[in-house]
Amino acid sequence: MPDSGGKAPLRVRQLRKTYKDVVAVDGLDMEVRAAECFGLLGPNGAGKTTTMEICEGLTAADSGEVELLGMHWERDAPQLRQRLGIQLQETQLSEKLTVSETLRLFRSFFQQGPDAAEVIGMVQLQEKADSRVGNLSGGQKQRLALACALVGAPDFLFLDEPTTGLDPQARRQLWELIERFKLAGRTILLTTHYMDEAERLCDRVAIMDHGKVIALGTPRELIASIGAEHLVEFSSARVPDAALLAEIDGIRDVHAENGTVRMQVTELHRAVPALLDEMARQGIPLTELRTHSATLEDVFVTLTGRHLRDE
Amino acid sequence: MSKAGKMPFTERALAQLTLVRFRETTREPEALFWIFIFPVLLAAGLGIAFRNRPPEVLNIAATTPELARSLAGEKLLRVRQAPQAQAEEALRVGQVALVAGPGAGGTVVYAYDPTNPDGRTARMLADRAVERAAGRVDPVASADRLIEEPGSRYIDFLIPGLLGMNLMGSAMWGIGYTIVDARRKKLIKRLVATPMPRHYYLLSFVLSRLLLLVAEVGVVLGFGALVFHVPVRGPFIDLAALCVLGSMLFCSLGLLTASRAQTIEAASGLMNTVMMPMWICSGVFFSAQRFPDAVQPVIKALPLTAVIDALRASMLQGAGLAQVAPQIAVMGAWMVVCFGLALKLFRWR
Repeated sequence: MPDSGGKAPLRVRQLRKTYKDVVAVDGLDMEVRAAECFGLLGPNGAGKTTTMEICEGLTAADSGEVELLGMHWERDAPQLRQRLGIQLQETQLSEKLTVSETLRLFRSFFQQGPDAAEVIGMVQLQEKADSRVGNLSGGQKQRLALACALVGAPDFLFLDEPTTGLDPQARRQLWELIERFKLAGRTILLTTHYMDEAERLCDRVAIMDHGKVIALGTPRELIASIGAEHLVEFSSARVPDAALLAEIDGIRDVHAENGTVRMQVTELHRAVPALLDEMARQGIPLTELRTHSATLEDVFVTLTGRHLRDE
Repeated sequence: MSKAGKMPFTERALAQLTLVRFRETTREPEALFWIFIFPVLLAAGLGIAFRNRPPEVLNIAATTPELARSLAGEKLLRVRQAPQAQAEEALRVGQVALVAGPGAGGTVVYAYDPTNPDGRTARMLADRAVERAAGRVDPVASADRLIEEPGSRYIDFLIPGLLGMNLMGSAMWGIGYTIVDARRKKLIKRLVATPMPRHYYLLSFVLSRLLLLVAEVGVVLGFGALVFHVPVRGPFIDLAALCVLGSMLFCSLGLLTASRAQTIEAASGLMNTVMMPMWICSGVFFSAQRFPDAVQPVIKALPLTAVIDALRASMLQGAGLAQVAPQIAVMGAWMVVCFGLALKLFRWR
């Protein structure tokens, strides 16, 4: 990218967009660095897609600035379009065309890029090259949509909820493809409301809520920011003395509720043996013990008090 | 890098878009039925229903053998002899058009319904036969020359009408349906997110229609010519030019009608509202002249009227393009205005 000269490929400043009486994007700032995969994570209605479409030049912002690959939509739209790969949420491609006809069409809009057969290979649809789009499975359609975003050999890739509605196997397959493009050095901006997707694919994540970024960092940093790496839950015949448990090294925030005790733990390998010792000392047998690593979901819950999937 | 690098990339885009439109239409069996089969079925059905029949032989009754014998000399009458009461009954129920019987003093009495044209014709034929049988010689000899010329029958009137209706229907439905469907599926939005030049998208509809037009016009004209010997008197190139202009006009009207609709239902309603008055008023099945004089200027300004009038003048009267200049002007005006408005109003998402 000669003309972006080491600057961030995407810089967004004070972006604002209102639909009638709903504020979709409310003074948003963000920066996507070269060759990183940047995720916008948030519940439905958080403003992810609107932000995305403003950056893609499909929606005009009310105010604010978008600088993409060193260019601006108002002045450089034709040049910008040539260098972007875009996957929209919920596009249904023409069912009457075959996979390779669809890609030849999209390829014809770009001055450069791999030819249709090559892109079909990239998304592993070789066996379906001559099938009608109407006969593809959900995962195959989504891979075709990704292929349509790749035909112009884009410098910057926008993926809007690339795996929404897919079964777990199809999602993992798509993740592998996206990871491969990451390794090829492409800059990616993706939106998702799946925390596992963001944790797996994104180098950095912005958590959005009500049109604003409420937290920004690597998934690891964000999880660390809530001060706990693990969560431990157990049930027992009698409720133990919570104060004694809280004194154990590395255990914080002990909550007892309906016979279940939940706590945040920083060092699982030390805290769990100590916890078991303490329970044995108090003479209370455990009936259940569960632990899980803290996730971006826990970050979102900690920040907003709501779950990501809540409407 | 692409192998197809010879053609400048934007022209490749237009060629690809046109090809895609063409494929989408030809892969839609229903569309093919409406474009190719339906007009032929319609032309065949109406052509047969309204064909020019050979002169009809009229049934009459005579009450005496003498009268029956003298009437038998007329080829256009089929005579049967019956008693008076039976003959009158046959007349009442319409089995015969006329009853001939003897009157007082050697006269002949013809009984028939004067409001029935067959009755009046039978009266003239029967009287002539009776007089001639009795020895009348006509003072002036006459001979018949029968004319059944292609170009003046109902089917000749109908084929240009169907051609015009087909140009309108296929352009409007083909374009309207495809565009609204693509908008509903967010396909238009997806295309706008690529570097595709937007006017190419609209242009590709017009171009793919012109490709289909050859087959579409060919089927209707070929059927008319082969089965009913419908003439094409004007230069073929004029007819082709009128069809191209007509199709482009209806493409523009289709683009305009579909420029904002978000659902198929909305678009269908709009399409029918636009087309229905023209189906009725523009002279597809019967002459537009039958409407009152006061509305004639309005009817003449309708795009389908202009197309059909021009097609009829060219095919049936052999009129040149100069003679249909007013119709061409109407078509051109509609085309330019509709395309301009469509470009302005088109909803790209």
